Amino acid sequence: MADGILVKDLNAWFGDHHVLHDIGIAMAPKAVTALIGPSGCGKSTFIRCLNRMHEVVPGARVTGGVRVEGQDVYAPGVDPVQIRRKIGMVFQKPNPFPTMSVFDNVVVGLRLGGMRERAVLHEAAERALRQAALWDEVKDALGKSGVSLSGGQQQRLCIARALAVEPEVLLMDEPCSALDPIATAKIEELILELRSTLTIVIVTHNMQQAARVSEATGFFLLGELVEFGVTRQLFTNPRDKRTEDYITGRFG
Amino acid sequence: MSVVAIPHTAVRTAPRNLGDRILRGVLRLAALVLVLLVAAIVVEMLCTALPAMHKFGWRFVVTSTWDPVAERFGALPFVYGTVVSSLLALLIAVPLGVGAAIYLAELAPAWIRPPLAFLVELVAAVPSVIYGLWGIFVLAPLLRTWVQPFLGATLGFLPLFQGPPYGVGMLAAGIILAIMVVPFITAVSREVLLAVPNTQREAALALGATRWETTRMAVLRYGRSGLVGAILLGLGRALGETMAVTMVIGNRPEVALSLFAPGYTMASVIANEFTEATSDLYLSALIEIGLLLFVVTVIVNALARLLVWSVGGPVKAIRE
Repeated sequence: MADGILVKDLNAWFGDHHVLHDIGIAMAPKAVTALIGPSGCGKSTFIRCLNRMHEVVPGARVTGGVRVEGQDVYAPGVDPVQIRRKIGMVFQKPNPFPTMSVFDNVVVGLRLGGMRERAVLHEAAERALRQAALWDEVKDALGKSGVSLSGGQQQRLCIARALAVEPEVLLMDEPCSALDPIATAKIEELILELRSTLTIVIVTHNMQQAARVSEATGFFLLGELVEFGVTRQLFTNPRDKRTEDYITGRFG
Repeated sequence: MSVVAIPHTAVRTAPRNLGDRILRGVLRLAALVLVLLVAAIVVEMLCTALPAMHKFGWRFVVTSTWDPVAERFGALPFVYGTVVSSLLALLIAVPLGVGAAIYLAELAPAWIRPPLAFLVELVAAVPSVIYGLWGIFVLAPLLRTWVQPFLGATLGFLPLFQGPPYGVGMLAAGIILAIMVVPFITAVSREVLLAVPNTQREAALALGATRWETTRMAVLRYGRSGLVGAILLGLGRALGETMAVTMVIGNRPEVALSLFAPGYTMASVIANEFTEATSDLYLSALIEIGLLLFVVTVIVNALARLLVWSVGGPVKAIRE
């Protein structure tokens, strides 16, 4: 039984700067959780703690517990490389590998896992590209460079790259902030299609986007999780005054 | 149809425009001077080298007799010596230099990076005559008593490692050149690797790549044309280096397959024999070698550009 993502007493630092304070949250499996909040509130740091990407920054530190689909992410002896292989991540700016073809970009995760059989790689590439709603646009250009695509296509290529290894969880760190409204709409459509198969956590600056794609929403402010609840309720009837101020645009 | 009227008022401000024109003129002159300098050097060398070119023709490049007394000149040993010693230097310096750059840019603890990077730049500033002295008094004896006998005993079946161990020779020249170009390759490669965007590293790490896998697939591949550039800079320096090589290569105009044998380079022969060149033909032959060095450098650089262009070009199509 999948059990989503459980976070307990999570604290994170950059050097002496304490950026996350005692975060506790339970995110449902096979659902979309959105995290909103003003810039610098710690929401990006938070999702980077979920797949142990926070610690790759020199001087960064984490305490507390994270369980992702039953796996204790911070248990002693757990290899962060193994954790990251099971949790897909999509970044703010599309970052395909410019020296690799579209095909090589998609299967790079599988190759890292040691897969060499062409047939398997091809099958996985097609499946991932279809899932990412990119197959029809690139099926005749699989050998072209990953950066020859448009910005929106590049971001969907990055999503396909994350999906190719069949992760249980997909973390998205402001995946649409560098895209135009049409490309954004495509990514949102894609999120809605994917949510029946994966647990998705999306960080966004765009409150309408959070309202459109997510079942649950968390509001971060100054490194604290102010409020977490069903999306509709958080946006229509927030419990906390600070949440209300933020979603009505009174600050931030 | 709507027409937007553009007012015809003069936006031109005379003084600023004048300044711009003067600046453009001065800068254009600066660029022109560079071009003229290169042209002047080539023309001057061509004119002086003409007698030797007339007398020997193509034989100058393909024969290996260098006899100033009989006035018979063939430059093959010098071309060979320059190319082989430089390639040998790259063979040693590239793994060392790029490896050190990877360590400095990707793996070294933060506190050790600035002093190490500074040290690398310091090594690049050591005058070449110092390297030459070190080569004569430290490297050559070391090669003669330890390295060459060992190589001869283990790899002696290869023609590369045969013959008596003199110490000075092609191997010593290659090693000295390698030591001299390593700092350049390291310093430039380090800059190239530092310029790789962090988003590339994060992309690889988030896919579950280890440190080395991240370096290989995200960092080195991203920076490969820059790395080729760094290597070329090293090669350019190795081709033209004169002093240190002259002191350790043995200065014998012969084409020998063995790396133990003494050799000679184009730059060395010019430096060594310029003062002795009493006859016009002798001088002319030396100048023609200078011209050859120029041509070899241009060819190497052109090949290198081609290489940069081909690795930086479109990714090859996958085979279905």
